[in-house]
Amino acid sequence: MAKQIIPKKHPMPHQDPQVRAKNFDEVALGYTEELAVAEAERCLNCKKPLCKQGCPVGVDIPEFIALVKERKFDEAARVIKRTNALPAVCGRVCPQENQCEKFCVVGKKHEPVGIGRLERFVGDYIMNKEEEIEKSEPTGYKVAIVGSGPAGLACAADLARWGHSVTIFEALHTPGGVLMYGIPEFRLPKRIVQKEIENLKKMGVEIETNAIIGQIASLDELLNEEGYDAVFLGTGAGTPYFMNLPGENLNGVYSANEFLTRSNLMKAYRFPVSDTPIKVGKKVAVLGGGNVAMDAARTALRLGAEEVYIVYRRSRAELPARLEEIEHAEEEGVKFLFLTNPTRYIGNEEGWLTGLECIKMELGEPDASGRRKPIPIAGSEFVLPVDIAIVAIGQGPNPLLTKTTPDLETNKRGNIVADETGKTSKEGVYAGGDVVTGAATVIKAMGAGRVAARSIHEYLMAKGPKKN
Amino acid sequence: MYQIMSKKTLAPAIHEYEILAPKVAKKAKAGQFIILRVDENGERIPLTIADYNREAGTITIVFAEAGYSTKKLGKLNAGDAVQDFVGPLGVPSHVDKFGKVVMVAGGVGVAPVFPIAREMKAAGNHVVGIMGARSKNLIFWEERMKEVCHELLVTTDDGSYVRKGFVTDVLREYIEKEGKPDLVMAIGPLPMMRAVANLTKEYGIKTMVSLNSIMVDGTGMCGACRVTVGGETRFVCVDGPEFDGHLVDFEEQLMRSRKYKAEEQHALNRGGCGCGGGGKCHG
Repeated sequence: MAKQIIPKKHPMPHQDPQVRAKNFDEVALGYTEELAVAEAERCLNCKKPLCKQGCPVGVDIPEFIALVKERKFDEAARVIKRTNALPAVCGRVCPQENQCEKFCVVGKKHEPVGIGRLERFVGDYIMNKEEEIEKSEPTGYKVAIVGSGPAGLACAADLARWGHSVTIFEALHTPGGVLMYGIPEFRLPKRIVQKEIENLKKMGVEIETNAIIGQIASLDELLNEEGYDAVFLGTGAGTPYFMNLPGENLNGVYSANEFLTRSNLMKAYRFPVSDTPIKVGKKVAVLGGGNVAMDAARTALRLGAEEVYIVYRRSRAELPARLEEIEHAEEEGVKFLFLTNPTRYIGNEEGWLTGLECIKMELGEPDASGRRKPIPIAGSEFVLPVDIAIVAIGQGPNPLLTKTTPDLETNKRGNIVADETGKTSKEGVYAGGDVVTGAATVIKAMGAGRVAARSIHEYLMAKGPKKN
Repeated sequence: MYQIMSKKTLAPAIHEYEILAPKVAKKAKAGQFIILRVDENGERIPLTIADYNREAGTITIVFAEAGYSTKKLGKLNAGDAVQDFVGPLGVPSHVDKFGKVVMVAGGVGVAPVFPIAREMKAAGNHVVGIMGARSKNLIFWEERMKEVCHELLVTTDDGSYVRKGFVTDVLREYIEKEGKPDLVMAIGPLPMMRAVANLTKEYGIKTMVSLNSIMVDGTGMCGACRVTVGGETRFVCVDGPEFDGHLVDFEEQLMRSRKYKAEEQHALNRGGCGCGGGGKCHG
């Protein structure tokens, strides 16, 4: 078939960097119908779609893109939703370059098909339409899901679809987990998250907020007293790591979790309309090079910081963040200090941060991660004058639940031990997402949620019909 | 929404609410805290549990109006409801048979001291209560404290009630006269807890304090409540709120408690708080 392929993805309209660096509105504006159809035309509809194997939840990618090409957007949505409960979210935050688009055959010679952009288009298209909800007969089984982040939501969607009665317990006052407290409005509008959650509620999923399992009820109480037949734990990676450097408790040193939670969940960017304040300062250093670091840096700019630095100990090539986030941060004016490692925080007499002492690094031999190991250059210390530092070097699992469940096996880092089906050391208890793997991505957590949903379903069905 | 079942004004701008939250009440223990939000725009305000009624399903909180958020909270009445109410949070007080226990309460700190004193008494300790306030009109729960303490000593900074002096004056006199107790527990403003810890250090008496630091989520997620204890960083929300008073870096806590002072002022002027859940406005 001699088909002329347009070599580049159709660009998605964006807010101008100068303008958007000062507002919290969404940066990428999404495809129009025309752009979506034109981009869908680039898909070869391969017989053996390699893209699909790159997707942690196994979306039938060529099938939905073919329907976009025919302008059958509702049907395209139905195809995606068979395996992905949150297309509008995933279309925005998945690292497609490492997943579906990495395997795209078009991508071998040209830019791959904009699969993420098309998924987002379809997700947005269907969002405001009344959807038919396909549900099985009720099984009578009750499943508790702990945590309403991506893993829990994906798990809930499948279980509800298969007729189980599902209750999600969320510790915070709003469901959504990291989608609400972590990822900023300009990258993932909160109305979209809430809309996707509303759709789950329409499927019969119940959500109880302000409910901390481990505090209001133990796992044993859920299973033995409250009548749940199985539990899924998707409690995420919510505990921030610090570098344990001198001066870390000075005023002005935030964890990225706190900085982002204040801005995103508590809407501190609207202070004093919102009651929660946030300190921004004039000069801000963000420690780390992942997506969370980019989110924190770009949030600081929008809150009015004059200069924002990303301080990263390796070089640009090793930045773990999504390419698009790095480019967006650069366009908006975030400055990158590569091969630079913080050594201590400097403060004034009132306990406020005034500077970050750093040391220059060079790259040595590859380390265990396969990346070249950064080595400090002796005598290269310098002080970066900043009034706010945001530590974005990663998060570990929250210990609240595991602490009260001694018979739930955890590893050295405190992650829950689960096999490839999500099964934990405790009968009827499954786990998935960051609490098992350590901090990863939204879509990987959703994938793990779906795998566990399948295991829970099989576990319950093996028990035969529910006896009352 | 979580309904306010009763409201009492205990002293000028100090209120007691019983809030309906059966799941929290079922599990609450002395020494733990809750977080509430008054409305959709509200801050998450941490407050130590002053009492709980498992049958009625209520949690009692006591707070002083100081900043925007607590003023907003203070405007509510019985029958109104708060938007969010979550808990119980933090580690419960370590209650055991220690022998003689002195419970020191400064200002609004009498409220969280009360249930701990009750548990200490139930565990077979000889419980001595010391409660102090700036002035007579700020003294409350004296009768309730009498019920849970074998001895209760009251003092006022200005001498307008019972006697003049700080709680540390009373504590020192008590130790000099009666000898060293086995445990001292102090809850109140940071300078008061620091003063108690400094005093008991002289005598080598184990002393626990309950910190009320700035928090956001209260579940170990944000690290706003960092405190240095014995040279190590701990989170008040999940590792505390009670710590060995002789190991707490009070200077650092005092500096951290002032973090949002400018914003608080700004908010008060414009009608929004800004204290971030700490220090002044959350008593």
